[in-house]
Amino acid sequence: MAGKTLYDKLWQQHVVKERDDGTALIYIDRQLLHEVTSPQAFEGLRIAGRKPWRLDANLATPDHNVPTTAVERESGVDGIVDPVSKIQVVTLDSNCDEFGITEFKMKDQRQGIVHVVGPEQGATLPGMTVVCGDSHTATHGAFAALAHGIGTSEVEHVLATQCLIQRKMKNLLIKVDGELGKGITGKDVVLHVIGIIGTAGGNGCAMEFGGSAIRSMSMEGRMTMCNMAIEAGARVGMVAFDEITAEYVKGRPYAPTAAQWDMAMAAWKDLVSDDDAVFDKVVEIRAEDIKPQVTWGTSPEMVTTIDATVPTLDDARDSAQRAGFERAYDYMGLAAGQKITDIKLDRVFIGSCTNSRIEDLRQAADIAKGRQVASSVMQALVVPGSGLVKAQAEQEGLDKIFIEAGFEWREPGCSMCLAMNADKLGNGEHCASTSNRNFEGRQGYGGRTHLVSPAMAAAAAVAGHFVDVREF
Amino acid sequence: MKAFTVHTGIVAPMDRANVDTDMIIPKQFLKSIKRSGFGPNLFDELRYLDEGQPDADNSGRPLNPDFVLNQPRYAGASVLIARENFGCGSSREHAPWALEDFGFRVVIAPSYADIFYNNCFKNGLLPIVLSEAVVDGLFKAVSGSEGYALTIDLEKQLILTPDDQDIPFEVDAFRKYCLLNGFDDIGLTLQDADDIRQYEAARRESSPWLFNAG
Repeated sequence: MAGKTLYDKLWQQHVVKERDDGTALIYIDRQLLHEVTSPQAFEGLRIAGRKPWRLDANLATPDHNVPTTAVERESGVDGIVDPVSKIQVVTLDSNCDEFGITEFKMKDQRQGIVHVVGPEQGATLPGMTVVCGDSHTATHGAFAALAHGIGTSEVEHVLATQCLIQRKMKNLLIKVDGELGKGITGKDVVLHVIGIIGTAGGNGCAMEFGGSAIRSMSMEGRMTMCNMAIEAGARVGMVAFDEITAEYVKGRPYAPTAAQWDMAMAAWKDLVSDDDAVFDKVVEIRAEDIKPQVTWGTSPEMVTTIDATVPTLDDARDSAQRAGFERAYDYMGLAAGQKITDIKLDRVFIGSCTNSRIEDLRQAADIAKGRQVASSVMQALVVPGSGLVKAQAEQEGLDKIFIEAGFEWREPGCSMCLAMNADKLGNGEHCASTSNRNFEGRQGYGGRTHLVSPAMAAAAAVAGHFVDVREF
Repeated sequence: MKAFTVHTGIVAPMDRANVDTDMIIPKQFLKSIKRSGFGPNLFDELRYLDEGQPDADNSGRPLNPDFVLNQPRYAGASVLIARENFGCGSSREHAPWALEDFGFRVVIAPSYADIFYNNCFKNGLLPIVLSEAVVDGLFKAVSGSEGYALTIDLEKQLILTPDDQDIPFEVDAFRKYCLLNGFDDIGLTLQDADDIRQYEAARRESSPWLFNAG
């Protein structure tokens, strides 16, 4: 009998009941909640007179709507100027209070972006199923967990039953072997992958990242890659368990200790795909082929390398993509054949659940150190992923490096990744952003997003246009 | 949830691939804590010429005359045909809520993003997958005939065209059952509460660290 993939194992360990129609009831170990996709779920519970199945499986924090300036944050939820945003955060607070769910509120130093907070607290552990009403929940798969985004009806379903009705997905392996070049990060790897397989390439699949380049990558890099599995259509991104995973988890507040730690380690060691496991599809990539990536268009698959030019219509794979390219040139204000290094930036955003962890900030600070944001750049924001990331960065002096270089050092939240708070792009503005989506209007009405790694974003802020971080 | 049995409606064509959920309902409207009222802001950035605001009156806003849903011939449309990978991006259930609130009951496309596809079924909206060639045929038929309407019979899993063609489609048996009956699946899952409790007890025993508080 062939071996099992990591996904096969995680699936099997969580099946409560298999149904005749091929679906299964899957047990959920952890649900993360935030203010945008939970109010209607709590309302549903209230209307039906239901209670959460298991309170301690849930952890909440507001992130999408929270303001990121120190002044607004000073007075907690009362400091939210936008009344509509405020209602949503107040609603999360009152729902968590009413139902008895642990919440890191705005004034709590542990508050932050759910996908930064979960791992940071050890609330995301290897072998878990993790869900959240947010598509970037795939992030947590970096811990050899089965994690995916769900809609609000499913948030309610998990609150009420601790389960989800699922159908098993296909197994997709992205195998990156070799050594990544200097300055190449998890962000470049995952954008490179999306460029190859497309935004629908992982539809219906659980995507595991494997190969020697992944084995030597930090947890932060792995989280960045898994985070963007959804941009390739895969609800689930995963990396096998190893020493790097264990090292990251150990000592975190929710992590096991003492005898439980040894028990857990023994169980976690098996959270790898067997050597003879069979994947439905394997994509092999040579690490040495990956260069710094920049998206030029309005879909994450519209990506190229820093030394390249905006693709022409002849580069499109089919008529649908040609039509997409034409719309993207128009929306982005770019011409086919234009050099990527000629794209000038109006704003720079370093943050989001993709790239706001301590390693991301260190990489950006390395570039920013002793340099200045170009005068043509109106704003360069650095938004740490959580209060604890912010504190750590400040302890390392990164805040000073950024501030001296002309960046704004902000309070934690989702911020300009999706512009639900006051941080947004103006119409027609180009932004070098470390976030995950370059869709039309994503960062603000008419805003033009270019997705890059933290170091590439910092370098672009200094130069005022895209530059190759390897030569910086 | 509204039950879905047989539906007949005018078809509107959304002729682009990779329509993302930010496009279906832009983020500023996600600030609502309700499930309804998203219809007027469906496809907001494509539909209007200005920037939409939550809780604002949309009646006086300038419409984009080129956008398909603003064309009189598609007034009252309840079936949307689209290209590949419809609903990609964010998991926001506000996307199917907006489609449903606008009046759509059926979406037909060659493929969908997984989360969006799943969310549709929770809201009485039927997402149908047909081959690219068949969808392309529907786009041609719609553009060639004003008032083009389709009848979708979920029980029989058939789409009936105006020229009396039957197009069969696949749908997951459990989802079909819930949709036909308008069932909320939480109630169905809770019928298995004993199994869940049993699983949970075993898990607490074998992996106690999963039940620790922080």
